[in-house]
Order: sequence, then structure tokens, then C-alpha cells
Amino acid sequence: MRRLSITRREALTDLWLAGPATLVMVLFIFLPVAIVAVLSFTDYQFGAPSFAWIGLENYSKLFGSTLGRRAISNTLIYVAIVIPVSVGLGLAVALGLHRMMAWAPWLSQLLRTIYFLPVAATLVAMSVAWQMVLHPSLGVVNQTLAALGGTPQDWLSDRGLVLYTLAAIGIWQAVGYNMVLFLAGLVAIPPELYDAAEVDGAGHGWSRFWTVTWPMLGPTTLFVMVVTATNAFRVFETVATLTRGGPAFASDTLVYALYREGFIYFKAGYASAITMVFFAFLLILTLAQFRIVEKKVHYR
Amino acid sequence: MIRSFISRAWSTLFLVAGAAVILLPFLWMLSLAFKPRDEIFSADIQLLPSRIEWSNFVVALTETDVPLFLWNGFVVVAGILAFQILFAVPCSYALAQRRFKGRTFVFGMVLAALLVPFHVTAIPIFLGFAKVGILNSYGALILPFVPTAFGIFLFRQFFSQLPSDLFDAARVDGLSETAIVWRIAFPLAMPAATAFAIFSVTAHWNDLFWPLIATTDPHLATPPRGILYFRDEESGDDVGPLMAGAVIITAPLVLAFLLAQRKFTQGLAAGGLKG
Repeated sequence: MRRLSITRREALTDLWLAGPATLVMVLFIFLPVAIVAVLSFTDYQFGAPSFAWIGLENYSKLFGSTLGRRAISNTLIYVAIVIPVSVGLGLAVALGLHRMMAWAPWLSQLLRTIYFLPVAATLVAMSVAWQMVLHPSLGVVNQTLAALGGTPQDWLSDRGLVLYTLAAIGIWQAVGYNMVLFLAGLVAIPPELYDAAEVDGAGHGWSRFWTVTWPMLGPTTLFVMVVTATNAFRVFETVATLTRGGPAFASDTLVYALYREGFIYFKAGYASAITMVFFAFLLILTLAQFRIVEKKVHYR
Repeated sequence: MIRSFISRAWSTLFLVAGAAVILLPFLWMLSLAFKPRDEIFSADIQLLPSRIEWSNFVVALTETDVPLFLWNGFVVVAGILAFQILFAVPCSYALAQRRFKGRTFVFGMVLAALLVPFHVTAIPIFLGFAKVGILNSYGALILPFVPTAFGIFLFRQFFSQLPSDLFDAARVDGLSETAIVWRIAFPLAMPAATAFAIFSVTAHWNDLFWPLIATTDPHLATPPRGILYFRDEESGDDVGPLMAGAVIITAPLVLAFLLAQRKFTQGLAAGGLKG
């Protein structure tokens, strides 16, 4: 009798400790995911009294219409630019700063701080600043271009240019973050490996990089690429601040389309389908990321 | 010797040029915030103002809602962090230091929840909040972020490294489990809590997506939402005060980063695991 009451008390304690967090997870994460999946098969609109089941119609609209395809392809192009450039630059900066630590530690430290600034800064406020940097007539970029004899551009309202401008801002923000991850990877390379490479005659410059640094950074690089990809897929702040998906949907992306269809046009059903497609892309990436993190642990 | 000097010179040149590009929007923002009106609207390139003009900051702080945006940001960010810790810490302690039925299941849920980006849950949460009638309130801005799988994960990692003898000793001393969580486990977890706090505060101070959805009342605008109201109203005449507002809104986190660089870098890098 007494034993039973102790186990029961223990069970109540567990419920008291773990229950509330579990409950809010179900309420605000798992239940909404289930609802959004169900809504994606309906024509529900916010505020409408009823809805109808329309099967895969929302999905065929997303993949079949020019606008839907535009949002998907824009997102993929954006990601395809931001990943290689920001990872490559992040690696180059990390290598440079890592070497510089040996002969000018203070400068290396200062530059590292500067590169990381965009990660901490409020992206929306910085986008407003970028808007002024890229302003057609008052911006420093066009003023410089004009002074050098180039042609000023409408960076944010030229249909052919706008997506690349946004990608450049995305790269501007991601380089510092990637640099920090690469620096951590570089510090973890045991110095003996470089000594061994020196003995084997691969002690300098590129041969040193290709025989030791690059293979040792392999897992880090994969990890950085996936993290960059998951962040790039969510691009929203710059789009909402600078272009609202325009001009003529030239910079429309998945998350912005989900916001516009769902919360400006109140088409909950269609927006749910966009959400599910976005979710599918990210799930694949995040699962890849988990596997890489796991591998990294085994690697050590 | 000469070869290494040349290669150093090249890499320094590359790194400094890159840093200049990174700094460009920051410098331009500061420069416009301090420039007198006529210099902002001049077509000549002038990176630096000819004299420091404080009036833009005075206008931003007294004639606009920027102070209100800062206050809203503070309330929302502090509210989110407090509730996140209140819910996550006891749960992580139970997951790490207690054996109970369903423990693996709960931890499985935490890992599954890590896979769900916030954007995915926005539509149903909006619908639910509209039904309950709490859109346009601080509650609407705070509640969806109370469950934090990342926080539970981080604290659990930390607690599982602590020796269980420690907690057994506390039990022998007659402390309740709740007291153990808040008086022993949580104070020991300060390094994890700092990293988590930096991650959470940065993410929510900077968030635009949910405030844009959950509120339409300008008096509830968080800093990013607020700066957009400001920009859309000023219609191009008040660039100076707008830039001063952007500086004021960006300053708290940037200054905190400059003062505690190492902690910030660690906290935000840890957030990468969350994806």
C-alpha cells in the first residue's frame, strides 16, 4: 500500500516536471502541423463559415501555375546562389583569419568581429539601411558607379536583377556565421598533421591545404552547407522589407508567398499547401543535417 | 620569406576589402543618421557627414514611436525567455536525471519538434488565436514560442553531464524535486542558460514574420515591425530620423555582442544545430 503511494507520488512528480512542456509542445507544434496538413487539402479561407475537400487541387495550383512555380524556382535559385558563395567566402575568410592569428592576432580578432556583425544585427533594420545603400539616386552604390563612369542600376526594382540583389544581401548576412563555424573546425585540426605533411613535402600553400586542411574540414563543410541551406530557404525578412515579392513577383519566395496568400489574401487552404511544400524541403535538409552531426561525433 | 610576405599582403587585402563590404550598410546607416538634411539629399558621394547632426536622433526618440517599439521588444523578448525557461528546465531535468515511463517518448517528441520550423505552425496558430480572440496582444506575440524543443535539448545535454549523486544528496537533505530543479540544477546550468538566452533573445528581437501576422495594432509593434511602420509613413522625406531609428533598434544587440563576443558567438553558433 505504502509502496504504491510512493510510485504514484513519483509518477505525479514526473508529470509535474515534464507535463507542462510536453503539453505546450503538443498544443503549439504537433497539433498545428496536423491541422496545416489537413487544411492543405481544403479550400478553407479565414473567416469562412465552411470549407470543402478539394484533394490535391492546392498542390496542383502551386506546381501548375506560373506564380506558384515562380515562388519555388526563385527560392531554389536564391538558395543555389547563397550556399556556394557564402560557404566559399566563409571558408576563405576563416582560412585567412586563422593564418593571420599567427602574426597579427589583434587585426585577425578585429576582422572576425566585423564579419560577425550582420549575424547579431536586426536584419529588418539593416535591410532598411541596404535600401538606402542601393537607393537609385541617393545610394552610395549608384553614386560610386556613376562617379566611375558605370551605369546606375535599379537594384531592387529591376525584374532581372532583384533576386540577385537579395541573394547578395543573404550572402552578406551568412558569411560571418559560416566563418565562425569554419574557424571552430580549423582549430580542431591537430597540428601534428601539418608537421607530418611537411615531412612528406606538402608543407606549403595549396598542397598543405589539399592534403590536410580540406579533408579534415570535410564534415564541417557539409554541416555549414546544410545550415546555410536551411536558413536560405526561410528567406523572408529581406523580401518583406525590400520588395514584397515584386516587381511582378520577380522576387517572390516560398515563405513570402505563404505569408501573402495566407495572411494578406486569407487563403488558408492554399497557403497551407505552400507551407507543406516548404516543410518538405526543410525536412529533407534537416534530416541530412542530423545525419551529418551524428557522423561528426563518430569521426572524433 | 618574400613569398610569404606577398601572400600575407594579398590575403590581408582580401580580408580588409571583404570587411569593408560587410561594414558598408552599417557605415551608411550611421552616416545618414548623423547627416544634416541637405547632405542626405545631395547627389555627391559623401561617406561621412560634414558635421555631426544629433537632431535626427532627437526626432526619432521624441516625435516617433521608436521608444514604444523598444519597450514592446523588451516585453516580448523577456516574456518569451521567461516562459521558455520556466517550461523547459523542469522537463529537461526530468529527461536527464529521472527514469520514468514515457521518457523516451517525450524525448522523441523533442527531437521531432526540432524538425518543425515556426513558419509551418503559423496558419493554425493564427486561426486558433483568432477564434479565442487574443490576436493583437502581447500574449499573441509570446505564447507560440513558449514550447522550445531546442531549449529542452540544450538543457538536457547539460543536465545529463551532472553526476546523479549530487541530486541524490539533495533528496537525502529533504529537498523536493521542484526545489532541486530551481535551487540546484538551474543555477549550475548558467552556461547553457546564457547560450540559450542569447539565441532566444536575438531570434525574437529580430523576428518579423510572426509580429507581422499576429498584430495589426502599431502600438504593439516590436522593433522590426515598428521600423517598417515608420518607413512606410515617412514616404522618403525623413530619411535621417528613419536611419536614426534603425540605429537605435539595432544598437542593443550589436552593443551586447561587442561586449560579450565570445558568449554571443557560441550562443548563436549553437543555434545552428536547431537549423
